[in-house]
Amino acid sequence: MPELDPGLKVRVQQEKPVPLNSEIYCAPGELIALIGPSGGGKTTLLRMIAGLEKPAKGEISCAGDTWLDIEQGKCLSPQQRRIGYVFQDYALFPHLSAVQNIEAALLHLPRASRREKSSTLIDMVNLGGLEERLPGQLSGGQRQRIALARALAREPKVLLMDEPFSAVDQVTRRKLQYELVQLRQRINLPIIFVTHDLNDAMSLADRIYAISRGVTLQNGPPMELIRYPDSLSVARLMDLQNIFEGQVINHDADNGLSRIKWLDYVLEARLQEEHTPGVTVNWVIPPSYIVLHRRHRPSHGERENPVHGIVGELTVLGENTVISMLVNGQQEQRLSLTVSSHVAERNYISVGADISVSLLQQGLHLMPLQEREPSG
Amino acid sequence: MEWSALDLSLNLAFWTCVILLPLAVLLGRVLAWNKFRGKAFVEALVAVPLVLPPTVLGYYLILSFGGDSSIGRFYEALSGHGLVFTFDGLLLASIIFNLPFAVQPMQRAFEAVPMNVREAAWCSGMSNWLTFWRIELPLAWTGMLSALVLTFAHTLGEFGVVLMMGGNIPGQTRTLSIAIYDRMQMFDYGSAGIMSAVLLSLSVAAITFVYLLGYRRRRHHA
Repeated sequence: MPELDPGLKVRVQQEKPVPLNSEIYCAPGELIALIGPSGGGKTTLLRMIAGLEKPAKGEISCAGDTWLDIEQGKCLSPQQRRIGYVFQDYALFPHLSAVQNIEAALLHLPRASRREKSSTLIDMVNLGGLEERLPGQLSGGQRQRIALARALAREPKVLLMDEPFSAVDQVTRRKLQYELVQLRQRINLPIIFVTHDLNDAMSLADRIYAISRGVTLQNGPPMELIRYPDSLSVARLMDLQNIFEGQVINHDADNGLSRIKWLDYVLEARLQEEHTPGVTVNWVIPPSYIVLHRRHRPSHGERENPVHGIVGELTVLGENTVISMLVNGQQEQRLSLTVSSHVAERNYISVGADISVSLLQQGLHLMPLQEREPSG
Repeated sequence: MEWSALDLSLNLAFWTCVILLPLAVLLGRVLAWNKFRGKAFVEALVAVPLVLPPTVLGYYLILSFGGDSSIGRFYEALSGHGLVFTFDGLLLASIIFNLPFAVQPMQRAFEAVPMNVREAAWCSGMSNWLTFWRIELPLAWTGMLSALVLTFAHTLGEFGVVLMMGGNIPGQTRTLSIAIYDRMQMFDYGSAGIMSAVLLSLSVAAITFVYLLGYRRRRHHA
């Protein structure tokens, strides 16, 4: 007998009401974040996995069970799918106490077992002592924990969370994130969460699916999407600032380099032969691959793609300072980099100051040219 | 004070509530959450008794359920007596003219139950029936109580339709409101006054109760 795939496999397509054409795979124990602009289909995807919506075409299977197969006419109800779903505003039952909310997902068990299991879950989410409170008497973070405990009560085969941290303050958010990381070590489930917040995705997810207009643009580990976005759209979804246009000059396979022309510079990038010499490309570099030269004291490392300009803007954000550098003094060519505030101070960086930076080859990534959309 | 009239009115109000409530819960829920062709027409039909003169409603009820109508003949064959000028006919008329008072509060109450709370119930493994019983109904209970109280009070106070459908047969179709009218015709202001005071007190109590429920619901959702 072929071995059953223990993960969650999703392939859905539809034109209306929200256009979708996406494939997702999530292994047990893996945490996947769906990111993308509002109305892009992330929540719809989650709802389809839960069985709350039905696509025009597609298949969904989990732990070897087929939940949806449109061609075969199979579509299990949410009750039949064994999913845990944490809704955006938690959707707790307002007339039931915290413990009753959890027990509502345990109605298939005898009463005594329900109480036993719910108290285990209450302990797991650190809400001992608040069992009898109504949702209206709980804080945002406590409500989120009850929603999570309720979602896990049925021993689901997949855990789905829609913007799980959007309704809580920053301190609670950090605490809940920490708890989710702890929880992951105890449950071996595919976990998918939808988020608007790139920081949530970066700090929690094993892999990120960048979704726009219902299409998965790219998926991979967070750092891969930051360093090697497939397209301008992904780069923008990952909030990358330094996106420019340049022309491929040549490839130097021996030295593992590709060269591009940008303004009056010839920049060396990591070898990326898929881009034909002569074509115009978009290129991007994460701020962490931009090194500020020490002013008045040049050194050897400064030979790597040196670029000159003046400081256009300076924003001190506590320990870090964000510098917006006008390359060659041009207003429309802005390079953004972050340095420690003390480094900015020691180098007498101020608006209008001449500075130089190195663009590290390894961080310079080329992408096919794509027309920029007007930013909304 | 005509005790038989009060007894008949209370009986009529009680049975109207008993029969109408399940119907109102069902119809209110369908109207709250389902989209279907002709929904606006169904909602209009439910609301018509609010605006139609009781005499017009009474006329159509007699036309539809009278001895010459097929429903009337069928009912007579079944029960041995007709619908017009009987308690059964009165009850049927009462159910129809109370439709908006029962259905609309139910519909509003179900509409106030957030969709994602129902979805959370399904995702928690609850069947549609369990979701209805354990989640929707408890959350819509204030609507159900409003519907009950309004229907009860409105049935006690109804005059025109009752007079047309039931006439004025003591002990059978003579309700409190008709008894008041009768006493006034006979210049018996004392009895009319007592009975009016009873109806007024019941109505004020009922409406106060409905408003109190409204405050409670708003507090609950705040």
